[in-house]
Amino acid sequence: MNVASASEIELSEGTPKTVTSANGNIDYRTEPSSYRHWSLAFDDVVATLSMNVDENAGLKPGYKLKLNSYDLGVDIELHDAVNRVRFEHPEVRTVVVTSARDRIFCSGANIFMLGVSSHGWKVNFCKFTNETRNGLEDSSQYSGLKFLAAVNGACAGGGYELALACDEILLIDDRSSSVSLPEVPLLGVLPGTGGLTRVTDKRHVRHDLADIFCTTTEGVRGQKAKDWRLVDDIAKPAVFAGRVRERALQLAAGSDRPADGKGVSLTRVERKDEPYALRYANVTVEIDRAKRNATFTMKAPTGKQPDSIQGIEAAGVNWWPLAMARELDDAILSMRTNEVDVGTWILKTEGDAAAVLASDAVLMKHKDHWLVRETIGLIRRTFSRIDVSSRSLFALIESESCFAGSLLELALACDRTYMLALPDDADRAPKITVSDVNFGLFPMATGQSRLARRFYEEVPAVEAVRAKAGMQLDADAAFALGLVTSAPDDIDWTDEVRIALEERAAMSPDALTGMEANLRFNGTENMVTRIFGRLTAWQNWIFQRPNAVGEKGALKLYGKGEKSQFDFNRV
Amino acid sequence: MQTGINYSDKIPNNVNLSEDKALQRALEHWQPNYLSWWNDMGPEGAMQHDVYLRTAVSVDPGGWAQFGHVKMPDYRWGIFMNPKEEGRTIGFGEHKGEAAWQDVPGEHRANLRRIIVTQGDTEPASVEQQRHLGLTAPSMYDLRNLFQINVEEGRHLWAMVYLLHKHFGRDGREEADALLQRNSGDADNPRILGAFNEKTPDWLAFFMFTYFTDRDGKFQLCALAESAFDPLARTTKFMLTEEAHHMFVGESGISRVIARTAAVMNELKTDDPAKIRAAGVIDLDTIQRYLNFHYSVTIDLFGADESSNAAIFYNSGLKGRFEETKRADDHQLQGQTYGVLAVQNDTLIERQVPMLNGLNEVLRDDYIKDSVGGVGRWNKVLEKAGIAFRLTVPHKAFNRKIGMLAGVKISPDGRVVSEVEFAANEKHWLPSVEDRAFVASLMHRVVEPGKFANWIAPPVMGINRQPADFDYVRFN
Repeated sequence: MNVASASEIELSEGTPKTVTSANGNIDYRTEPSSYRHWSLAFDDVVATLSMNVDENAGLKPGYKLKLNSYDLGVDIELHDAVNRVRFEHPEVRTVVVTSARDRIFCSGANIFMLGVSSHGWKVNFCKFTNETRNGLEDSSQYSGLKFLAAVNGACAGGGYELALACDEILLIDDRSSSVSLPEVPLLGVLPGTGGLTRVTDKRHVRHDLADIFCTTTEGVRGQKAKDWRLVDDIAKPAVFAGRVRERALQLAAGSDRPADGKGVSLTRVERKDEPYALRYANVTVEIDRAKRNATFTMKAPTGKQPDSIQGIEAAGVNWWPLAMARELDDAILSMRTNEVDVGTWILKTEGDAAAVLASDAVLMKHKDHWLVRETIGLIRRTFSRIDVSSRSLFALIESESCFAGSLLELALACDRTYMLALPDDADRAPKITVSDVNFGLFPMATGQSRLARRFYEEVPAVEAVRAKAGMQLDADAAFALGLVTSAPDDIDWTDEVRIALEERAAMSPDALTGMEANLRFNGTENMVTRIFGRLTAWQNWIFQRPNAVGEKGALKLYGKGEKSQFDFNRV
Repeated sequence: MQTGINYSDKIPNNVNLSEDKALQRALEHWQPNYLSWWNDMGPEGAMQHDVYLRTAVSVDPGGWAQFGHVKMPDYRWGIFMNPKEEGRTIGFGEHKGEAAWQDVPGEHRANLRRIIVTQGDTEPASVEQQRHLGLTAPSMYDLRNLFQINVEEGRHLWAMVYLLHKHFGRDGREEADALLQRNSGDADNPRILGAFNEKTPDWLAFFMFTYFTDRDGKFQLCALAESAFDPLARTTKFMLTEEAHHMFVGESGISRVIARTAAVMNELKTDDPAKIRAAGVIDLDTIQRYLNFHYSVTIDLFGADESSNAAIFYNSGLKGRFEETKRADDHQLQGQTYGVLAVQNDTLIERQVPMLNGLNEVLRDDYIKDSVGGVGRWNKVLEKAGIAFRLTVPHKAFNRKIGMLAGVKISPDGRVVSEVEFAANEKHWLPSVEDRAFVASLMHRVVEPGKFANWIAPPVMGINRQPADFDYVRFN
């Protein structure tokens, strides 16, 4: 959050520099030479990612990004930058996240941006920023890429939440720089990017101290911040840079990222935008705005695929698993942001299932190689985005489809799966194939495989599926194993699917979003699921309440010098 | 199931059966189950009779009244819809003016299925309720009418099952199977609506049922004939042509009972029920009590007087009002109100509810107007015979089990009465065990051509202009 003092408040009048396409859509594709807010520097095993937000480069008109406050555009660059470290710089083991500004690290999400944004925009923005921060932890856990927050100035709200997502927080001890979560006292809302949850679950700040911390606008600094576990360490300005370096190298020592890896340049994801479709090499999204649904079709690899590291490196960004994941990631983000009324996503696949399985086998064989590991990570995070998307997800398994292995994971992610039965045509009948990768290579945010989630980790059900791994399962077999929701035959198929989609489209999108999240995250809870769950429950409730967004609400009045007037009824 | 049966040959239809794979497949599964249900639950001991039946072979005026002797299990249960009206638009509710639906919109699947299943469930239920009546038929003519009604209720089941099979996929097939699995009066698997789990123990009850309860069917079908879901509208329109005969059987049946009773009263110059009963005919008080019972049970079938389902069904275009298209209002009814009955301080009062929520009551009141007409014609029989007694329908609040009036004790003339008063008068207001036993005692099978039981007069005219002594049923 942006803690600009009242005197600094001034709304932008000018046309912002945006990452919008000609049609006004938000485009998540960017590259370092286009960054307005971040810079990346590399020094052997340490990369430094420095925030220096261009206050006149907000994504939308109506606000200035003062004091290193951010909007979606800033986070799009952060997301891109981290991916570049992951893939283009395998030698990097620690990323130092810091600020290029004097005495200000980051003041969080821009309040004026929040003030002029629709509720839906805020929620989508928070979802993406959460995913990006979870991604830092994901890379630390799975890929040995460590993050060090070098908090070299005031660190408030979302700024502190960014620091919380890093492995370590080093705070400059200059007697003024503090870390803070001032959302409650200042804005009448909650930290929207996991702040409360990480303060407790990750940093184990005692709850009464956390209570003080979260209700204190000025935050906590220096030794107290360390004593309360809000930061890992503090350092005087004179020694700060040295300590950052030292800690970064210590973190790097625990990483197995290779010194001699051959980075893969993340060239621009090619996408053809049509009025009713997004087309990529391996992914197509066809949008039916009248029916409010979109059909995502993922294509299997074609032609000869590499099976050695050399071959994978030679293929680079065109290596199918990597290319498919990048395209799907972009498609998900585009559809979430730009097609908010399209409430149902239909997932389909197309191509040769054997090719998908062969590709999966290569992934499994080389899963410990850094590039393959990063690719698996990207697929894992992309699939995880599907799980938390506020869209109804229906998989349609038809002839010519290839729901096998990694692509089967898409069907397993769906709220419902319809598989066509062709009792009179065994050859053309679609088949699905379970493979090794379905048993934990792409865990959900819960840490479970989607199969384990599906069967509540009940051993007989999971083992029954495992016993059929590698076999082609037709609709009846898949249905018997509980892998698909419904297996209509060719006579019923069209109507069953049509009616199911129409029925879904008629229901309240809010209720569906809540219901789907409840059912998808049905068992295991962990910090990440709590972050999403609490965000969607508490924050979205508070964000809608008059005490926050009413005419006299805290969020509405922030920076206007007027005291908010609360309805003091406890709900 | 044997394959290769030509269903289109076997089943008269105007729905392109031979080209409809989905339906053909469904029928392959459903038809044997239907026949097995018919043999188990259809008219008892009558499967080998040759019955002079009307069979619909097309929807043309000449096609739906083909007469001939046929064994009931071989009856050609057909699938008919009224011809499609090109460019038909929805006549009411929020979709008014839009094109009628040829397919079920997903949004309304559940409600449409429920409507169709509820309607469909009544059709086999009445066959089950009436299955023993053949053993006590008062004449061959009446026996034939009973069987005619039975096979046509069977055909109405086919009509609803057609819609379920054609438009509701797997769910529809499961519902179609369930229509054969529920049975009238079965403790574990009852029919959906209460009136269809009541016994139809004797022919007086049967005539009352066909007059009153089949008339409920008429009104429900009329409301569905307005539906935005065009296949339902077209199907129910054709069903109405058959329903008319059932009500005729009821109305003429009661007329003949009254005529016979009046004749005996005049012969004996008495209005003493005991003497009338002793002469082997049904006294008018007993007829009135049967009427009270069947009328009150039937008007319950229209549902709760204030209903959110009724509002949803109407507003979304699923079910209209009786003669919706003939009405001169906005056909949307937002903001309008309708009076329904309630009890306040021991008095019946009328209270206004939103018209959309009151649509069950609207249909019930239309039904009441229509059913009173036949009662007037019965009274004409008495008038002609010079008898002062007049049959009347009881107050609509009498003996109600559904809606706001459920559990309130109301006399047939519409007074709120105490439990004690109701109990004291119940035997005057509703058929008692003794009444039923007496009526049952008259029920003996009379099936020689041209002969009629003592308690009922012969009809004015035979079926399809056949003489009264025609051999309507041939016992093999």
